[in-house]
Amino acid sequence: MSLQQFMNEAISPWMKEEGPDSDIVMSSRIRLARNFEQVAFPIIAEPDNLENILTFIEKEFNHQSFKSYQDLEFLKMDDIKPIEKRVLVEKHLISPHLAEKSKQGGVLISNSEQVSIMVNEEDHIRVQLYFPGFQLDQALDQAFEIDDWLEEKINFAFDEDKGYLTSCPTNVGTGLRASVMMHLPALALTQKISRMIPAINQLGLVVRGIYGEGSEALGNIFQISNQVTLGRSEKDIIQDLESVVQKLVEQERKARQLLSEETALQLEDRIFRSYGILEHSRIIESKETAKCLSDVRLGIDMGYIKHVSKTILNELMILTQPGFLQQYAKKALSPQDRDVLRASLVRERLNLEN
Amino acid sequence: MECQECHERPATLHFTKVINGDKTEIHVCEHCAKEKGYVSYEEEAYSLHDLLSGLFNFDSVSLNEQKKNSFVTDQGLKCEKCGLTYQEFTHLGKFGCAECYHTFSERLNPIFRRVHSGNTRHDGKIPKRIGTDIHQRKELHILKDKLQQLIKAEEFEQAAQIRDQIKSLERSINQTGKGEG
Repeated sequence: MSLQQFMNEAISPWMKEEGPDSDIVMSSRIRLARNFEQVAFPIIAEPDNLENILTFIEKEFNHQSFKSYQDLEFLKMDDIKPIEKRVLVEKHLISPHLAEKSKQGGVLISNSEQVSIMVNEEDHIRVQLYFPGFQLDQALDQAFEIDDWLEEKINFAFDEDKGYLTSCPTNVGTGLRASVMMHLPALALTQKISRMIPAINQLGLVVRGIYGEGSEALGNIFQISNQVTLGRSEKDIIQDLESVVQKLVEQERKARQLLSEETALQLEDRIFRSYGILEHSRIIESKETAKCLSDVRLGIDMGYIKHVSKTILNELMILTQPGFLQQYAKKALSPQDRDVLRASLVRERLNLEN
Repeated sequence: MECQECHERPATLHFTKVINGDKTEIHVCEHCAKEKGYVSYEEEAYSLHDLLSGLFNFDSVSLNEQKKNSFVTDQGLKCEKCGLTYQEFTHLGKFGCAECYHTFSERLNPIFRRVHSGNTRHDGKIPKRIGTDIHQRKELHILKDKLQQLIKAEEFEQAAQIRDQIKSLERSINQTGKGEG
């Protein structure tokens, strides 16, 4: 398979579109947790009952369409290979939990890969919706519509006092996790982000890197999401998140401006060095790839690099993950072999731009 | 320190393995840790849930005498529907079924308050189909609050209007209630 073909399949169609503020906000995500009223939660339920849920979802929703979300495809975790699961995880269509721990797990994925509905994850149903750029409002509206559509056929566990009942007490109430993925290279470079994170945490929001471990944010990509799900309406939760994201966008733009005024040559040097590494290296590990991709994306946003498309950061962050590399190679690879393949894939991808 | 597996990347993860009292130190990089199964893929994500179950356990371990007594009664609490005990709940940090919320209800609000910035009552979406009467009761609640505010502000004309709305809403709630019964 050619790289172009492989990439076309690897990158979700919605990711190729540009959303509002997409120079900084890469994507917006809404997740709703729901459960069947009469069935024990997956953590404790009898396999037969979970199997019944899977069968029910397949029967009712496989190949159905809802609004612009065409042809939901049902996949049973037991029917797909570990490497395929890993690829779905790297595309964020399913969670690691569903891929590795869930019994009788399944997922419905829309044609555009904008919607995925996980079945028998920690909760019976987890609806996930992605939008490119900064579009939390739209994502929430659509998520509500999908929720209503599912509710026509499912009695959800709901309590007047406690709201939607979920397996984990951290999700009860709205069952909502709203998150925004942001590229914040200038705030990271000027080390402002580490001072901003504690303040953001105090507002009941969580900041973390989505690639990399612990506090480290590979590729300067941060995810900001709400923590509180009980006692606040979905709209309020989203508004809080939006105002913080808005502030971060402003701060990031300010920091970029400052960098380009005060250390323009150093910045340009850094960007083109990284570009050079990506274009010419023969062995590259994921950490260095992420750093260089972040620099190059910054270079594109600030006009230093002109002929490379903006989506390169999103694309290559996903494509150079271990699962995808192995899918591309069609075999298991040692870390060393991956580093070699990663370098060649990045080079080829950049060549497509020229 | 370099990774003891690949000898290329720096070791970023350090473990001490103890088997039958024999200690072995392990220094590996992220890649090799995953490769060798020292860390699972799952653990990459920072898990609030893991922290939470720790939080519950902390509660039950660091108790004074008084709390110890209530802990004994906690152990007796068991969900009739799914069989999960309160002790298991604190250990897992997860509920077993919807009914657990009722079974353990008296113990839950302190937990919710801690996790959800002091909140204990849902204020958000209500299911369309099964929630019609809940919608009405919620509206009633809002109207009653409004009535109190208007009375305080001595806006009696508006208050009278709201009072009438409340009456008619209460009537319709009673009627649907009877219809179903």
